[in-house]
Amino acid sequence: MVAETVVHGGGLRDGALVRARGLAKRFGDFEAVRGIDLDVRPGEAFGFLGPNGAGKSSTMRMVSCVSPRTGGDLTVLGMDPHTQGPAIRARLGVVPQQDNLDNELTVRQNLHVYGRYFGLSKAHVRAKAVELLEFAQLVDRADDEVEPLSGGMKRRLTIARSLINDPQLLLLDEPTTGLDPQARHLLWDRLFRLRQQGVTLIITTHYMDEAEQLCDRLVVMDGGKIVAEGSPGELIARYCSREVLELRFTTDKPDAAAIDGLADRVEVLPDRLLLYTADGEASLAAAHQRGLAPASSLVRRGTLEDVFLRLTGRTLVD
Amino acid sequence: MSTATKSTAHAPAPLTAVWLVVEGLWAWYRRNWRSSAVSSVLEPVLFLLALGFGFGSQIQPSAATGGLDYVAYLAPALVVASAVQTSAFEATYPVLAAFKWKRTFIGIASTPVAPAQIAYGQLLWIALRVAVSSTAFLVIATVLGAVTSVGVVGSLLVAVLTAMAFAAPVVAYSATLETEGQQFTAIFRFVVVPMTVFAGTFFPVDQLPVWVRPLVWVTPMWHGTELSRAAAFGTGELLAVLGHLLFLGALVVLGARFAVRTFTRRLEV
Ligand SMILES: Nc1ncnc2c1ncn2[C@@H]1O[C@H](COP(=O)(O)OP(=O)(O)OP(=O)(O)O)[C@@H](O)[C@H]1O
Ligand SMILES: [Mg+2]
Repeated sequence: MVAETVVHGGGLRDGALVRARGLAKRFGDFEAVRGIDLDVRPGEAFGFLGPNGAGKSSTMRMVSCVSPRTGGDLTVLGMDPHTQGPAIRARLGVVPQQDNLDNELTVRQNLHVYGRYFGLSKAHVRAKAVELLEFAQLVDRADDEVEPLSGGMKRRLTIARSLINDPQLLLLDEPTTGLDPQARHLLWDRLFRLRQQGVTLIITTHYMDEAEQLCDRLVVMDGGKIVAEGSPGELIARYCSREVLELRFTTDKPDAAAIDGLADRVEVLPDRLLLYTADGEASLAAAHQRGLAPASSLVRRGTLEDVFLRLTGRTLVD
Repeated sequence: MSTATKSTAHAPAPLTAVWLVVEGLWAWYRRNWRSSAVSSVLEPVLFLLALGFGFGSQIQPSAATGGLDYVAYLAPALVVASAVQTSAFEATYPVLAAFKWKRTFIGIASTPVAPAQIAYGQLLWIALRVAVSSTAFLVIATVLGAVTSVGVVGSLLVAVLTAMAFAAPVVAYSATLETEGQQFTAIFRFVVVPMTVFAGTFFPVDQLPVWVRPLVWVTPMWHGTELSRAAAFGTGELLAVLGHLLFLGALVVLGARFAVRTFTRRLEV
């Protein structure tokens, strides 16, 4: 018998930091989140993938206890956001999709002012700010106004700010959107360190590599519903093939009959064909044998991106 | 991340939370106070000099001025008018900015501080801001010799009350706006300015046509001006004073409740 774990003193049933059942969000007549179930466990990094408008941010805002749910059940850190919103928010870190830093204050002042809302003393907030400036590599800019900072620096500051209260659960809504690769890698590194310290992460992202890097478990949302759930590896195994053969044609693409049977499944994109197959090289050889002459071909591993494409019928870039 | 003291994060007590919002607004103001302080103190001083001393030198003390020099008649009303103007500004652009452009209130909403506490904090901030600039004005007016008695301390309190009676509903309204169409300009042009000109600041309301007077009676500024003069000159009648206080108090309470509602609606979507 394994005893139920109670984490951080909260009244957590079955150890889930976030537990949703039939969670729904309605804006007027429009239902943005249509009854989803979630269990986020302590210490894990949990991801949301989904096309624009899938309901990721709406869900995040409900979990961060700023947006009241309109249906279903939700507990966060073992408490109900309806009745214990402030107590829950005291232990959350929130990185919203859109930054809301005070651009006219300095980097350091942003941390000071924000920290105070968590009931922290001035001395504590000052000490914590020094530590977070280091963590976010913003020491050089600490006493500059926020306004002229680069997008990546602002994002790092937002993340630093979200940590001012040593949150137990950190919610990051598209933390790296719009950042250059170097800034993204720096953020990943920081998030990885937080995970090692036992902070539970919930992340939404449009980047499959980010999801694969950071998330132990993820859900794919589409149209307000969860359409798949699992670890990145599980999802690839379940919804994709081991390998994918990409064929590009400069002239007309071959008709359906010509490619029939070459692979388990074929996806026709505007610029190329994707053939889902266990053995890409074998499929390519078979295609050549049938007289197909693609301008170029590529055999690669199945990825989350393929899963996403299959589940939502959309590519990520739009 | 391990060196700093252990976190003691918690939801602050309600009054503390309100005060923290004031602290946040002050953090911004401390860096940017110069221009607005100048306009909210210097402007009424200029009015006092030009109209009170300059233009007032042409006016004989009469029943209309309570037998006082015009400048002494003007000063207690000018502090009210100026307080309302300052509060009107603070209740409009900065509030919309905090929801829409700077989004700082959106940020606070993710902390343990609740929307109602943000609303009360914003109102308390405006009250303090107005209290400080009104005090500065009255000190200058005293030095210039425009103040007749210590009753002016009462005028200071009245100025803050009147400013809040006007600002509270306006703060509530500003929290409902998505963009600055012409709404704020309209508030200044069609409410604040006419109120300042006609609601008893510069001349008694009984000089106005009969049909205009009821319009004046529903303005907070008229009630404030009456109260402020009553305090400064010790001429108040109990019933009238109670009536003015009740009117202004009711506006503050209703405005604040309305602001709590609009802040909550705006932030809890
Ligand atoms: N306050 C609101 N009022 C009305 N509709 C809203 C509101 N917020 C979100 N929506 C709608 O709800 C749907 C889901 O929005 P949401 O922001 O949750 O999507 P998302 O998955 O985060 O998308 P993105 O990837 O673009 O950030 C969208 O159709 C959006 O227009
Ligand atoms: Mg979103």
